[in-house]
Amino acid sequence: MFQPYTWNHVFFMLGGLGTTIWLAAIALVGGSIAGSILALVRVAHNPLLRNAARLYIFVVQGTPLLVTLFIAYFGARWIGIDVAPVVAIAVAFSFYAAAFLGEIWRGAIESVPHGQREGSHALGLSYADAMRFIIVPQAIRIATPPTVGFFVQLIKNTSLASVVGIVELTRTSQIVSNATFKPLDVYLTAATFYFVVCFPLTLLSRYLERRLGTQTK
Amino acid sequence: MTEMMIEAAGLNKYFSDFHVLRNIDLQVKSGERVVLCGPSGSGKSTLIRCLNGLELHQGGKLAVCGIALTNTRRSIDLVRRRTGMVFQNFNLFPHMTAVENCMIAPMRVRGLTREEARAVAETYLRRVHVEDQINKYPAQLSGGQQQRVAIARALAMSPDVMLFDEPTSALDPEMVGEVLDTMTEIASEGTTMICVTHEMGFARKIADRVVFMDAGAIVETAPPEEFFTQSRTPRAREFLSWVMH
Repeated sequence: MFQPYTWNHVFFMLGGLGTTIWLAAIALVGGSIAGSILALVRVAHNPLLRNAARLYIFVVQGTPLLVTLFIAYFGARWIGIDVAPVVAIAVAFSFYAAAFLGEIWRGAIESVPHGQREGSHALGLSYADAMRFIIVPQAIRIATPPTVGFFVQLIKNTSLASVVGIVELTRTSQIVSNATFKPLDVYLTAATFYFVVCFPLTLLSRYLERRLGTQTK
Repeated sequence: MTEMMIEAAGLNKYFSDFHVLRNIDLQVKSGERVVLCGPSGSGKSTLIRCLNGLELHQGGKLAVCGIALTNTRRSIDLVRRRTGMVFQNFNLFPHMTAVENCMIAPMRVRGLTREEARAVAETYLRRVHVEDQINKYPAQLSGGQQQRVAIARALAMSPDVMLFDEPTSALDPEMVGEVLDTMTEIASEGTTMICVTHEMGFARKIADRVVFMDAGAIVETAPPEEFFTQSRTPRAREFLSWVMH
C-alpha cells in the first residue's frame, strides 16, 4: 500500500533541501576560489600556466557533469580517500564550477578596455595593483549577471548528485514519490523549494547590477 | 638645466614586418617643449609610447630621465615613475571619482597616505580648474573636464617629463580650447613636454621645437616659426598645407 502524502514527507524533503544547499554552498565557495585563480592564470604572462589552465577548462567543459560526478564518486574510493561521498561530490562540483567561472571571469577581465591597463601602467602601477584597483573592480560589474546566472544553474545541477546516492532534495523527492505514488505533488513541492532558493539570487543579481551601475552610467 | 630628459639614438621598431620607427634620433633637454607632428601612420604615437615603455623598441638606444630603457620590467617601471602620460581617450578609471583617479598612483606607487594623496590630488585638480567637480565620476564630466582630470592625474605623480598623445583629438571642437589652455599653463611652468598633436596654433605658441615625422622617420626638426614659414622638406610643406588650410 502507498502512504498518504503528509507533512512528514515535506519535512523529510526539507532535510534534503538542507543537503542541496550545503552541496551548492561548497561548490559556490570552492568554485569561486578556484575559478578566480584560474581566471588570473588564464590572463597571466607565462604561457605554460596559461595553457595548463586552458587545458583544464577544455577537459572539464567538454565532459558531462554526470560523468565528472561518477569519476569523483568512484575515484575517491579507488584512490583510497576515506571521505563521505557527499564531500567528494561537493569537491567535484567545485572543480566543475571553477572551469566555468574561470572562463566567465577571464572574459570579464579581458573586456575591460585596453586603455584602462595602459592608463594604469603609465601611472607606474604594478601589474598586481592595476588588476586589484583598476581592472578587477570593473570586471566584476561586467561579470555579475553571468556569474549569478551560473550560480543558479549550479544549485539546480546539484540534483544530479542524486544518481550517485547523495540524499539531497531530488533524491528525497524520489523516495517520497515512490512511497506515496504522488509524483506530481511531490515534484511540485521540490520545484517550489528550488525556486525559493534560486529566486532571491536572481533578485540579488539585479540589485547588484543596479548598484554597481550607478557609478558609471 | 641642461640635463637630457630624452635621448634616443638609432631607435627602430617593427610591427611584425612593418617598419614603424626608422633610426630615430631625438634629444630633449630638461624644460624643453617638443611637438611631434606628421600625417597619420607616420609613427609619432608609436614613438611617444616607446618613451614610457607602452611599446617596446627593437633596436637602438633609448634613455629617459637618465634611465636606460632596455625593455626590462625594472627599467620600464623606473621610467614610468618619472613620466606622466595623457591619452587621446583620457583613460580615466570610470569606477573612481575625479579625485580618486588622481589619488591611486600617489598612494600605491609613492606610498602616500590617503590624506596626503588627497591633498596632492586636490592641488593638481585646482591647477587644471576642475576643483568643483572632484567628487564626480568621469561619466558625469564633459570631455574637456575629463581630459583635464587626466592631466591632473599625471601631474600628481610630479613627473619629470609629460607625454601627451593627441590629447585633443577625441574632443568636441568647443572643448579643445580649455584643454589647450591648461596645457599652455603647464608649459609656462617649465615642465618638460612632448606632445603629439595636430593643433598647429598650439605648437606655434608653446613649442621650442617642432619635430616632423613621416613614414616612421624624423624628416625635419626646426623651431616653430621656421617650421611653419620656411620648412625645408617638400613632405613637411605638403603636410602643413593640409593642416593649416
